[in-house]
Amino acid sequence: MSMLEIENVSKVYRTGTFGGELKLVLRRVSFNIDRGEVVSLIGQSGSGKSTLGKIILRLSPLSAGTINFEGTDIATWAKGQLRDYYRHVQGVFQDPFSSYNPLYKADRVFEMVRSVYFPKLRGQQWHGKIESALESVSLNPADVLNKFPHQLSGGQQQRLLIARALLLEVKLLVADEIISMLDASTRVDVLNLLVDLKRKGLGILFITHDLSLGNYISDKTVILREGAIVEMGDTQKVFGNPQHSYTQSLLTAVPQLHRRWAGGGERAPASVAVNGAANSVVGGLTPAHVAKRLVDDGALPDGEGGRYSQSSLHPAPTSGPQKLLHTPKAPGPGPGPRPSLMDIPDQPWQRRFGFGAPNLAAVLAADNTQPLVECEPGHFVAVEDDL
Amino acid sequence: MTLKVDDLRISYRTLRGDVRAVDGVSFSIADGEIMGLAGESGCGKSTLGNSLIFLEGRMKHVGGTVELDGANLPIADYNAMNRHRLRDVSVVPQYAMSALNPTRKIGRMTADLIKSRGADYRKVLEEFKRRIDLVGLPQNVLNMYPFELSGGMRQRTTMVISTLLNPSLLIGDEITSALDVTTQRAVGEMLMEFRDRGFVKSMIVITHDLSVLAQIADSILVMYAGKLAEKASSSTIVDNPLHPYTQMLIGSLPEVGLRYDEAPLTGIPGRPPSLLNPPTGCRFKDRCPFAFDKCVEEPPFVELRPGHEVACWKAMDDNAPARTEAASQGAPASQGAQS
Repeated sequence: MSMLEIENVSKVYRTGTFGGELKLVLRRVSFNIDRGEVVSLIGQSGSGKSTLGKIILRLSPLSAGTINFEGTDIATWAKGQLRDYYRHVQGVFQDPFSSYNPLYKADRVFEMVRSVYFPKLRGQQWHGKIESALESVSLNPADVLNKFPHQLSGGQQQRLLIARALLLEVKLLVADEIISMLDASTRVDVLNLLVDLKRKGLGILFITHDLSLGNYISDKTVILREGAIVEMGDTQKVFGNPQHSYTQSLLTAVPQLHRRWAGGGERAPASVAVNGAANSVVGGLTPAHVAKRLVDDGALPDGEGGRYSQSSLHPAPTSGPQKLLHTPKAPGPGPGPRPSLMDIPDQPWQRRFGFGAPNLAAVLAADNTQPLVECEPGHFVAVEDDL
Repeated sequence: MTLKVDDLRISYRTLRGDVRAVDGVSFSIADGEIMGLAGESGCGKSTLGNSLIFLEGRMKHVGGTVELDGANLPIADYNAMNRHRLRDVSVVPQYAMSALNPTRKIGRMTADLIKSRGADYRKVLEEFKRRIDLVGLPQNVLNMYPFELSGGMRQRTTMVISTLLNPSLLIGDEITSALDVTTQRAVGEMLMEFRDRGFVKSMIVITHDLSVLAQIADSILVMYAGKLAEKASSSTIVDNPLHPYTQMLIGSLPEVGLRYDEAPLTGIPGRPPSLLNPPTGCRFKDRCPFAFDKCVEEPPFVELRPGHEVACWKAMDDNAPARTEAASQGAPASQGAQS
């Protein structure tokens, strides 16, 4: 049994004027994290990777599926008892500068932990605890204690937050883009720190959009697109022998020191097309891909999906030799005139205001994400559709 | 020679004294050159970029001259610079959202902008539409508000507007930093395309990400603590850096497809020095593993190999005897910097 088991997790966000639109941002995501294992979750902006981190930290409820931590469903923790869950599961986030209150000294984050978890601890013992936590993130207590956040560097701030998590008996750390605000010179130190902690038995979910960082640190890699896993497995297998075309196109776009981007290719990588698709709305609005599937199933004549045919999922045929970019048309929502409130097909205006909004179950049922296929031991790939 | 910067000094005025963010920087950029400006945060690279187009109130021009296309660029004079902004020097800001006016449609905003530069919007409108098309945006962006566009579309729109009057110099400050890899690549290739089509004559691309610069830049200038550390063609910087700082910066970048289990990378210990009272001598000496007694003197920024300038005593010592042989080796790799 793994430490953290994520099973068929889906998440629907309610958006729109009066919550009348439902947006499916995670589609049946399943993977496990073991003790002493770093799993990197890689995806573009809008792929749902941070949402999953929030769900694991119970900052956001899930819509379907289960997450088991050490055999217990995390949804069963009542609000009042969550502190026992947080004793074992902690998060560190992207922006260290906004994690601190600039009016207070930075080590106040430790005091907050003390007041909640260790109210009875004496000063001496508490100091010993802080010092050992700081030591394990290789910070010198004299450098960081009793200082204001602005007196610390970004790397020090991030390490201080990790030390805060280590004060507890933390078993799982959700690290959401913790490196991306740091300088190249301090990044590696934080990465190496995570590797050290991993060796001591900490499980880490490392959320990033940077493939080279994921490659550096992780044992397992999960690649997320539009909320669904497209490929996952041992890092070496996923990066060394990528099976899904999306993974392949991501890898070719990584800027590397000693190899220039190949080609500047005419073939638009599917990945770029997908960029905006994460914004598609399922349920009341006909999203591009649902429309497409309906067309494919013969349920709709080809023209029906017309309004969305401009969308990123159907890049307009790249015409003319003078195309500047290798990217297809306009990733992102709503190229073309914005549909006015009144004339969205299948979307009576009442629905936009929350009357007769599609219910959650229908949205989840409409999600036809297929289970992954094991192409070699420990390497799973999604079946490629023709998007 | 598009741009020639000579001994430029820029300070920030603070209550505790002047912070010398750019301290005696000289370099030049050839026509058609994309120069990358790299370094850690706080090394003065953004200050240098900003000073060439817009000197903020707290920034003070202490000394030095900037020459653009053979004429002096009055960077210290806000009003005199107005004639040059957008026409001769232009900038693509990091956050495209904040660069666009949220209450105006793109077309209207551009018209205002072009008119404020004394140009005729109707004359450039055709070209504007053509370029909008070129970067793969639909024509009707002109009738849209910024919030109707996605982040990637806004970035492209901003880039088209910034280069509409064919400036000589374009400054891109961290424009690829917040983007994911595929968008990063698209923007990088767009920059090169703009240069190739002559929309801009030369470019300064400011970023801390050397791997992006290795893709798009012809030459790379590495700054450290307000001073120049090294300048050479991008292939030389990446494959054969001489300054210890550049070497360590490159050594700390993980790459896809390599395993690091046995040999983990190391960062650069320590922090850049405060520029309020910068240390004397080589500013990197406290963090440098090769520092020796000579480093208490300030190293000159000299050309050690053709087209490869370095400010480091150790690199000078290493290359001094072998200078003639090294010259023949280094020559083919260094065309970009000194063309």
